[in-house]
Amino acid sequence: KELPSMSRPEMSTSEKLTPYEDVVRYNNFYEFGTGKDDPARYAGEMSVSPWTVKVDGACGRPGTYNLEDLLQPSQYEERIYRLRCVEAWSMVIPWVGVPLAGLLKRFEPASSARYVYFETLHDPEQMRGQRSLFSTIDWPYREGLRVDEAMNELAFLAVGLYGRELPNQNGAPLRLVVPWKYGFKSIKSIVRIRFQEERPKTTWELIAPQEYGFYANVNPEVDHPRWSQKRERRLPSGLLSPNWRETVKFNGYGEQVSHLYKGMDLEKFY
Amino acid sequence: MAGAVLNRPRAVRAFKVLVAFMAFLPLAILLSRLVGSGLGPDPGQQITESLGIAAFQLLLATLALTPLKRWTGWVGWLRVRRMLGLFTFFYAVLHLLAFLQFILGWGDVWATFTKRPYIIAGFLAFVLLIPLAVTSTNSMMRRLGRRWKTLHRSVYVIVLLAWVHFFWQARSDIGEMLAYGVVVLVLLVVRVRWSRLLRAGRRGAPSA
Repeated sequence: KELPSMSRPEMSTSEKLTPYEDVVRYNNFYEFGTGKDDPARYAGEMSVSPWTVKVDGACGRPGTYNLEDLLQPSQYEERIYRLRCVEAWSMVIPWVGVPLAGLLKRFEPASSARYVYFETLHDPEQMRGQRSLFSTIDWPYREGLRVDEAMNELAFLAVGLYGRELPNQNGAPLRLVVPWKYGFKSIKSIVRIRFQEERPKTTWELIAPQEYGFYANVNPEVDHPRWSQKRERRLPSGLLSPNWRETVKFNGYGEQVSHLYKGMDLEKFY
Repeated sequence: MAGAVLNRPRAVRAFKVLVAFMAFLPLAILLSRLVGSGLGPDPGQQITESLGIAAFQLLLATLALTPLKRWTGWVGWLRVRRMLGLFTFFYAVLHLLAFLQFILGWGDVWATFTKRPYIIAGFLAFVLLIPLAVTSTNSMMRRLGRRWKTLHRSVYVIVLLAWVHFFWQARSDIGEMLAYGVVVLVLLVVRVRWSRLLRAGRRGAPSA
């Protein structure tokens, strides 16, 4: 289904787009398997309508909302963002959606709310990866942001890409996009939003805290213990031209977000 | 009798050809996917991974031959052992080259091979394979005599290193790694049992 939207060139990169086929065929979405092509193969087993999002915690308007009541299609924007995966590859994707801040404000977050917590659907019947006996993930998939990060103008909730509804493997019907952080922060198929005082434990931090931190800001100066983060392969990558590029701090969005981390030791808060 | 037919030189030779063909399959499949662009947007990653898995599987196959000979009594299994060992080395070389070319892009080589534990394990396994490949010829076997066998026992260390190299790359789902681990364990345990039985037999003691 087509999704009309206003383009936001001032919020977009003019870099060459990663082709649609690659964006929808090469995914990490462990709910459907750990292979890159598993999500494209199996995400169809998930039903995304009707869809509800439970909002709770420190806010004035908690409740369970139907997705369509949360979204006003007339206000959809298109933003072309870089996506840098922690595995050292990257893509350029035209997302369609709404700024996260606008949506969160409608729930009237309390002043005590310092963090926003997100959860992905947990339904082993529709998500075969959650049925795996050997997965070390404690489902559901959890993510979180500091409230000031969530209110940053770059933080985005996507409902589509390339002008169409999100394919399930890309996190339909609603996913986060935080382009200055590694891709795993951009949680997919969101069913829960909670405002809270204490910092939430996030999925990858729970699995391997020495490898994945809460912040997960793109940072070429801090290596992943198993590989360097200095460079990335911009996909599609060819055999003769691997398409290497230098990774940029905050994925090139430093101007918009570096003030959020002023005075913080980013080697410690990786 | 079937056994007699299987022991004919022609049958053993046919078996060798069949095994060689199978050992080439991972490479052939990779090349065909490459030509058909079935490798996706990050082909280098796919190639590196597939070559590594192929090397590991061939190593396990090589280690399975002696037990198979014991259990079935057929000598054909041992006739393909050197070949499979060399195929293992062949895929390991390609895997290493692919890693350097596609994953590292020849940058940070020193840091990567000294700092990253999973790389160190894999590289050690590779380095230990070199003397085994070099001493795989008949003349080397003659020249080394008894020491040849001792040297080639390092394959047990290699298979453990290779498995650790694989296991340390697990992100969240360790099912596949555990399955391979069970195979490694079985291949090692049967050997420990044999050597115990052998020692007990030499001492003339009744086996317990």
